[in-house]
Amino acid sequence: MSPAKATAVKRVEATGGPSGETEELISGSEAIAHVCRLADVDVITAYPIRPYDTVMQCVSQMISNGDFDCEFIVAESEHSQFEIVKHASAVGARVFCGSSGVGWFYAFEALAVTAGLRLPMVAMVGNRALDDPGAFGVEHNDALAVRDLGWMLAWVSTAQEALDTALIAYRVAEDPRVFLPCAISCDGAFLTHSQAIVNVPSQEMVDGFLPPYDRAEKQLHPDNPITIAPQANEDWLMEMRRQNDMAARRARDVIIEAYEDFGAKFGRGGEPFIERYMMEDAEVALVGMGTLAMPVKVAVRKMREQGKKVGFTRVRWFRPFPTQELQDALGGTKAVAVIDRDYSFGSTFYSGTLTNELRSALYPLESRPKIVSTIAGLGGREVTADNVIEIAGMAFDVAEGGDVSEEDTYWIGVRE
Amino acid sequence: MSTASVEVVYRGIFQKTMAKNICRGVVLAARKEGKIGIAFGRYSDSPERNGIPAKQFAVVSDSEEELEEHLSRYEPDNNDVTIVADDTLCKGVESWAWYGLQPINKLLGDGGTLVVTSTQSANKLIKTIHRKGSPYDLAIVKAAASFSGLWVYKDDHTDVRLLGALAKVAPHIVSLDSITKAISEQWKDESKVASAMKAYDMVESTPVGADQGSDAEPFSFSMPGWTKMEEGLVIRGIDQKPQEVPGWDGGYVPSRNPTFKKFSTRTMRPVINFDTCTKCTLCWLSCPDTCFDITPDGFYDANMEACCGCGVCEAVCPVAECVTMVNEEAFEDNDSQWEMWTKDTAGYAAWLTEKIADKPTRSHGFHHVGQYAEEIADESR
Repeated sequence: MSPAKATAVKRVEATGGPSGETEELISGSEAIAHVCRLADVDVITAYPIRPYDTVMQCVSQMISNGDFDCEFIVAESEHSQFEIVKHASAVGARVFCGSSGVGWFYAFEALAVTAGLRLPMVAMVGNRALDDPGAFGVEHNDALAVRDLGWMLAWVSTAQEALDTALIAYRVAEDPRVFLPCAISCDGAFLTHSQAIVNVPSQEMVDGFLPPYDRAEKQLHPDNPITIAPQANEDWLMEMRRQNDMAARRARDVIIEAYEDFGAKFGRGGEPFIERYMMEDAEVALVGMGTLAMPVKVAVRKMREQGKKVGFTRVRWFRPFPTQELQDALGGTKAVAVIDRDYSFGSTFYSGTLTNELRSALYPLESRPKIVSTIAGLGGREVTADNVIEIAGMAFDVAEGGDVSEEDTYWIGVRE
Repeated sequence: MSTASVEVVYRGIFQKTMAKNICRGVVLAARKEGKIGIAFGRYSDSPERNGIPAKQFAVVSDSEEELEEHLSRYEPDNNDVTIVADDTLCKGVESWAWYGLQPINKLLGDGGTLVVTSTQSANKLIKTIHRKGSPYDLAIVKAAASFSGLWVYKDDHTDVRLLGALAKVAPHIVSLDSITKAISEQWKDESKVASAMKAYDMVESTPVGADQGSDAEPFSFSMPGWTKMEEGLVIRGIDQKPQEVPGWDGGYVPSRNPTFKKFSTRTMRPVINFDTCTKCTLCWLSCPDTCFDITPDGFYDANMEACCGCGVCEAVCPVAECVTMVNEEAFEDNDSQWEMWTKDTAGYAAWLTEKIADKPTRSHGFHHVGQYAEEIADESR
């Protein structure tokens, strides 16, 4: 970092997306706001909470500048915020919404029924710790709380991925085979408050990828008299839940299709569901979500330089959970260390939610890797490359039958 | 193979847009040279309170892999350049409620440059800056602190002047050519390009030795671990009894948190004319920070460890020029004004006259409509 070290410069080509894209210096939140504009979202509701509020600010600026036209409603609480877009979605409006931390929880009544009513709301969760005491750094517990309800959940690691995933989310959520809400999780601070170089596609490119939202015979409209969500008792609810279950299962194929088409049209997007980093010959794998990817990749490169066969598998979609992909990526490894940026107090081996899900995904494998459960980076604490090397060391230890236990969870970077 | 980072320290909310413009400018200019970068604010500063010391950063690398090492971090700790958008911050900075007062040059790397907007001389500024223990350069961009970013961005070109100065002191990060191209593209205003080039020509740099500067000890502390913290988010209260100060028998000094000083938020401080004070109590009643101590003889002495410099006392005082807000740069310590006055009344009167004369190269900017335009006119004279 010192001036003396400025040496020969390896030039980076201006990252060229397809023609029709412009390069912008924007945050992950602003990238999602651009998707709201490009997807021509009809109704957006807002209620301020850090770090989600950065989307709200950008959307309102675009509207003020005349770059974007939509119904922008500032609600009096998160509960109303999500109720408004839920109803707007039923009448055929493309909607966007979002929140963070306990704000997301205040909307829980609306969140819980949105999937049941099969309304394809797209939301951004600026991941934030659940208060008290006014904590606002990233933890994943907020978004994870809807994991059992039919919401699709994606985690992104860069501003570019936030933009791309938001576009894909509209396409998947609004597909009549799915009609389920989707939340895109962006780590507070590292994505929401950091501006990076992002390729923003043209309107024409987006129009070629994202068809209009059409509820067809399910649209609530005077010309199409229907009732949505009448009273249902034990005679009906189980069938409804089963329909929900099937929609969540069908989402898998729709997501795969969407990534294929996105890749063809935009020249990027990567593998759906997971990212494999140096996994080809990996004996030990690290697993995590979101911006953890940065220090993990740095650590993996450092360990590779020392000849250690270690790789990283980043979970991009938590719902639908990439069971098959994770079995495929991790089945050949000796040990897996999961880094949870969340907690699930009193759960199996005191693990975080990602570890618990992964453990059950790998259970049917004939030859299972050993699993080290760790929790790190809570409340937005920085996860350093050294932390990751320590975690990988535990996985190598467990692979060789050392003292590290599979039946416990290790807290990394906590002051004793 | 290299990565460079720039830190911008500024007065929260007032200078936020300006700081953002500078950091974006660095990344966009570096892009012209094929580099890749990020610009971000220190998350814990958000939402910014009025006048609070806040930070934004720009990090640029030759490759995406190198940049990755610097992503998902709160603040780079070894900056090539620290830009200080208000010279009163040179006395040290304290983000809200955390860490105590810390040196302005703490995150500056060895051999780096501290760039300050100031009308003071380098020698005078260096005296206020904590001793670093390693050499660095101090570059001064001649300007009063710009408060152009309050609610609306009244553009006074301070952002591009600082970018121009940056190209001079750290050409390895961005060249003047890239800076001017980026400015031209961003603002489409050639007068801003001219301002950047002028600052490039005029910025003056002075080497600062390892031992030069203030020898004040930065606040230090240790954070307990989970086995030692009290469970249930309980914080024990501090002693609520009034403080006992030698020689203050009969006065009243409220108890204060000994570690949370807050005064680095201050850009101006009240000076009090005890000869004309009528002891009406209004300053003491109105102070939002309970910073007035009651002296044994019934005066109200603004405690400079506790004063945030809001100026309410000046606004409510019914006596002409009894309380006057004076630019913080005119002071080198936080000593009691009342004690100075009681020891040497005539000497204090002379001191007071001098400080008030030194007064206001600026104010907080919300006294009357048109004030900003007047200040700009004053500065250009």
